[in-house]
Amino acid sequence: MLRDITLGQYYQADSCLHRLDPRVKLIGTLAYVISLFLFKNITVYVIAAVFLWSVIKLSKVPFSFMVKGLKPVIMILLLTVVCNMLFTPGTSVISFWKITITYEGLKMAFFMTIRFIMLIVGSTIMTLTTTPNQLTDGLESLLAPLNKIKVPVHEVAMMMAIALRFIPILMEETDKIMKAQIARGADFESGNIIKRVKAMLPLLIPLFVSAFRRANDLAMAMEARCYRGGAGRTKMKPLIYKISDKKALVCVGIYMAVLIAGGILGNRLPI
Amino acid sequence: MAIIVNKLNYNYNDGGKTTQVLKDISVVIPDGQFLGIIGHTGSGKSTFVQHLNGLLKAGSGTVYYNGEDISDKDYDLKKLRSKVGLVFQYPEHQLFEVDVFKDVCFGPRNLGLEEKKVQLRAFAALKQVGVPEELFYASPFELSGGQKRRVAIAGVLAMEPEVLILDEPTAGLDPKGRDELLEQLAKLQKEREITIILVSHSMEDMANYAERILVMDQGSIVLDGTPKEVFAHDKELEEMGLASPQVTYIMKELKKRGFSVEEKVTTIEEAKKEILNSFKRKVAGC
Repeated sequence: MLRDITLGQYYQADSCLHRLDPRVKLIGTLAYVISLFLFKNITVYVIAAVFLWSVIKLSKVPFSFMVKGLKPVIMILLLTVVCNMLFTPGTSVISFWKITITYEGLKMAFFMTIRFIMLIVGSTIMTLTTTPNQLTDGLESLLAPLNKIKVPVHEVAMMMAIALRFIPILMEETDKIMKAQIARGADFESGNIIKRVKAMLPLLIPLFVSAFRRANDLAMAMEARCYRGGAGRTKMKPLIYKISDKKALVCVGIYMAVLIAGGILGNRLPI
Repeated sequence: MAIIVNKLNYNYNDGGKTTQVLKDISVVIPDGQFLGIIGHTGSGKSTFVQHLNGLLKAGSGTVYYNGEDISDKDYDLKKLRSKVGLVFQYPEHQLFEVDVFKDVCFGPRNLGLEEKKVQLRAFAALKQVGVPEELFYASPFELSGGQKRRVAIAGVLAMEPEVLILDEPTAGLDPKGRDELLEQLAKLQKEREITIILVSHSMEDMANYAERILVMDQGSIVLDGTPKEVFAHDKELEEMGLASPQVTYIMKELKKRGFSVEEKVTTIEEAKKEILNSFKRKVAGC
């Protein structure tokens, strides 16, 4: 079940997008997300869709893989569509009983859906082409200025990296403990809610104990290698902007310029 | 009345890639046997034993327990799991109760027994694995590694299984703890006439305790026989990344150097006898 969530999963491939500096990808994604909310007309979405499509092609990640990532959010999407259709005031298109579907509502729902899908697919591309470690490295480097106002950026990034690293380990551990308790006659599937919550205890307690034990071991191992936090720490693979990264930044800049121009022009045209 | 495995196959799916973990495993395990399973890491040992109590579902093939197909829709898996007890690797990681005694009670209580019986079984199981009484009401998290291991094994034993499967029960124990534990298992097998299936990396343990050994490699059973038969294939074992017990190598080397000893020896006891006999013959020959 958990495996179906592509959001936050890495897809191994060799593409120019994979090789890009994580900072560029973070900035690019941020710019892209902002661009989706700047204007509300067809021209902008067409430009964004073309941009998104070329990025998908560049990433060498199968499109079906991204669609899979959309599945868990379909319910939320449907809910927003229905709400928008029903509760937006305006000129009515169809009305029966107490329900009125308005032209404005349909338009709103349509734009919301497109925005939402493009938003998710866009950010999924970032996580699909960037390993969690690169991502935290990129975030740390981008947020470094916050150090001046005493935000422990390195520590936060380290926590993120550790948390991401431990997800698969703890999933495996859960599976193992679950099996061990089933072998001792535990039943996780039948009974009412209270019974089921109670049945989780033999699973959760060993899981927490093991998480604490692992945390302790890791802290020891870090201590043994003289880890003392971010101050004065250098990196084995420091992030350096390459020519391709600069090109990518220029591309994002051009995209933003085209989109803003298109948006202003599109607003003048009557839809 | 036995476990019969017929052409068992199991595939593991991970992101589109399918690996065959078990290939056409067929084996009969009679009641009361002390069976050893050895194999390199990733040879499918652990996956195989998880099929025996229905924790994993076979891709194809069947497992029969006492003549019944355990994959039948109306087969009572919960009952099977009370008959075929499985002790996982590092079983101490499954302990969760506030004290040792309560933790051991978990299994038999899940069987729906009355409270008195539950406690009697827990008491007996803890005694059998040699946990001293003063530790019964200690927190399981305060015990030493070896004691934790015993408590966890007692937790499965208290369900009074007819077959006890142990996946590397001695991993991480000191030599004394290891010997004691195996000694107690052998005693259990004799006294209660249960089947014991031991998955292990230690050839010495296998030679000392197992009546029969299965050798697994890349998901299939490649050798099956008594320790003497299996350890005679030392070249093949080495190719699989395994080996014969060290004492077998010593006896081979002795024979090569001209001592008249039997080389198919797997335990230190036998080796001692052989060497003494060889000297006796020499003295008598003089």
